[in-house]
Amino acid sequence: MSDTPAPAPQSRLRRAWNSDFAWSFRHAPVAIISSFVVLVLILAAVLAPLIAPHDPFNPATLNLMNGFTPPGQANAFTGDTFLLGTDDQGRDVFSTILYGMRISLFVGFAAVMLAMVIGVTLGLLAGYLGGWVESIIMRVADVQLTFPAILVAMLIFGIAKGITPPEYRDQMAIWVLILAIGLSDWVQFARVVRGATLVEKSKEYVQAARLIGRSPFAIMLRHILPNVLNPVLVIATISLALAIIAEATLSFLGVGAPPTKPSLGTLIRIGQEFMFSGEWWILFFPALALLALALSINLLGDWLRDALNPRLR
Amino acid sequence: MKFQTGILTAALLASTAIGASAETLRWARAGDSLTLDPHAQNEGPTHTLAHQIYEPLIIRDMTGAPQATLATSWAPSADDPSVWVFELREGVKYHDGADFTAEDVVFSINRAKSENSNMKELLSSVIEVRAVDDYTVEMVTDGPNPILPANLTNLFMMDKGWAEANDAVDVQDVEGGEQTFAATNANGTGAYRLVSREPDVRTVLTQNEDYWGMDQFPMEVTEIIYTPIQNAATRVAALLSGEVDFIQDVPVQDLGRVADTEGLVVKTAPQNRVIFFGMNMGADDLANDDVEGANPLADARVREAMNIAINREAIQQVVMRGQSQPAGMIAPPFVNGWTAEMDAVETDVEAAKALMADAGYGDGFSIQLDCPNDRYINDEAICQAAVGMMAQIGITVNLDAKPKAQHFPLITNAETDFYMLGWGVPTYDSEYIFNFLVHTRGDERGSWNNTGYSNPELDEMIVSLASETDLDARNEAIASIWNVVQEETLYLPIHHQVLNWGMTDAVGIEVSPEDDPKFKFFEMN
Repeated sequence: MSDTPAPAPQSRLRRAWNSDFAWSFRHAPVAIISSFVVLVLILAAVLAPLIAPHDPFNPATLNLMNGFTPPGQANAFTGDTFLLGTDDQGRDVFSTILYGMRISLFVGFAAVMLAMVIGVTLGLLAGYLGGWVESIIMRVADVQLTFPAILVAMLIFGIAKGITPPEYRDQMAIWVLILAIGLSDWVQFARVVRGATLVEKSKEYVQAARLIGRSPFAIMLRHILPNVLNPVLVIATISLALAIIAEATLSFLGVGAPPTKPSLGTLIRIGQEFMFSGEWWILFFPALALLALALSINLLGDWLRDALNPRLR
Repeated sequence: MKFQTGILTAALLASTAIGASAETLRWARAGDSLTLDPHAQNEGPTHTLAHQIYEPLIIRDMTGAPQATLATSWAPSADDPSVWVFELREGVKYHDGADFTAEDVVFSINRAKSENSNMKELLSSVIEVRAVDDYTVEMVTDGPNPILPANLTNLFMMDKGWAEANDAVDVQDVEGGEQTFAATNANGTGAYRLVSREPDVRTVLTQNEDYWGMDQFPMEVTEIIYTPIQNAATRVAALLSGEVDFIQDVPVQDLGRVADTEGLVVKTAPQNRVIFFGMNMGADDLANDDVEGANPLADARVREAMNIAINREAIQQVVMRGQSQPAGMIAPPFVNGWTAEMDAVETDVEAAKALMADAGYGDGFSIQLDCPNDRYINDEAICQAAVGMMAQIGITVNLDAKPKAQHFPLITNAETDFYMLGWGVPTYDSEYIFNFLVHTRGDERGSWNNTGYSNPELDEMIVSLASETDLDARNEAIASIWNVVQEETLYLPIHHQVLNWGMTDAVGIEVSPEDDPKFKFFEMN
């Protein structure tokens, strides 16, 4: 019997607050700031219909005469004032950024989910089953790695656009973007998961599970998957930033989101036309939003990688 | 022999004189020529490049005035008013050394009248071309055609022997995606010969030192490097940084910036070109809309509603920054038949809504708008503005903007229901517009009429214009055809373009209303 009293039962929240992970978070100002920025931007995007003063996706509400209004100044023809000015079609830049960010974030999240599902599945299969399954999956991955992801995405986008009927093209553009970015980005997940699976496969708990006769799929799903998720989480975060940038790049090149429903990349493409003529706000604010979004997600991912890396603890 | 030496000395002298002022002109515009086959596409930039390499019998100089080129004179025959006699220039050689003769004219005109040609409408009144001797050609028309010479200014003369040797007798079928020798190679009589060409990237031309007009034109540009730059900001940056010397389409937002830059000038002039939307009113049901079993565009009330829903002043003020003239008819003011009354439209959204409700489309409908993004000034932005204006009367427009090489075949192949098109009028006469855009689409006429509109009575009037010699009666007929076009709202006119050429101050040239720089006229300081 010991004299020391048993520690008081801690609440879950308390335990989470005192965990290594949270400790590292509390001591990383970069992580705090960037997660704050990401949170604000995501909230702003999700709540866009409530926050935005205009609905830029409804062409009936646009007044062309409002075009090129500088930020905070009244339009010479209509007298309307806009916080961040208007673009060439008279769209409120602030509202368009909020709605555009929705598209960028949605495409980013969905594409990463798709890449993650494909990559983790194939990586698990390759790592656990080995043999010809591994050879085929990893060679395909190698081949795809030799092409820049953006080229693969453009190829997929081109094919998908070719086979969608024209009347659905605008609605389909978003889904095609997700497909294109998702399919071009699974390789990273597959390679990391395969590596981790190879390590886990030889550990005792897996062999024990095998001995009691669990099916390979149950072992992969129930035993190995939870143990390889840490690196997946890190890659997913960094991939999210890359996917948002990939979407912006595609839209900037004119093959992504349509100009009537612009994402951040489309807005930057439009604004870029007016770079020389003094209407800086059309380019500047969407670019700033994209920069803030991509940079803070990236910093967050960086910190996450350090925090979850046992060797750095 | 002595004579030949004389020519040689003159040529030598001329070449040294040119050598002293050897000038490369780096030229850029938004889009490229669609093909080098001179009869395959009746399209501005395609003709502009062809004009440097090939020549027609008659050209328009940089002011738009007709000028003898491969023909030295032309007149109706004294015996038969239905025959035009052309005297040809002697001693002209093709770039490959072959002589230019009457046989080549007969070949070229017949080629331009053949099935795949996109120039047929200009020659629809010509029933026979014959060579009288090596340097005299007669064109027989179906009744006297007083304006035939005006139709020939973009009809280029190919060498018969070269075409036969290179399997280029038939015109390239651009819409069908055919590739031919003549589409990528050229052999003309023009002031410049083709050195290399990579479509959409770079075309290099060099001066033809055997050109017949060496001492008649400035001929100060000795080499031309043509690079299409679709992106407006990149194009301006290229001019500002000195990467190019001459751009044909300074974006309207950058006029001030270019003009204020030392060493650069902007020259402005109204263009002989009108921009408009076309609508497929002839089909029973449209492929690219959401109305089943009916065609909303077949209803004249819907077309009229769309017409008055377009706020042309806003497009002029904001999209074009004043660099356009709002249009109510699809003829530029340069053209015989244009009137100020027809060229004005009042915007009235409320009346448009009432018309839509009247036609049974009070809840609107949705339709796809096809639009080029590298052809006309701010083409995509105009289409986008139209999306908003159509939305105000309940029409949901899905905009599909793409390069002109993919856009134009949609129109000529009847694969679009709602589209943007611009039309320049090199003949300065309404007949040209009617032949291409109003006459029922058929073998001879109407190749760019994608509206599906067919009015046999009107067709008859259009055909008769070619042989009406009484100019007053002809103008009356033109006016009454315009009345029908306007009443039916066959097209939705937007505006007449204004040209803004940007160049270094070394380049001496005035803007031509056709937007077709012919570099032999350019002076280089």
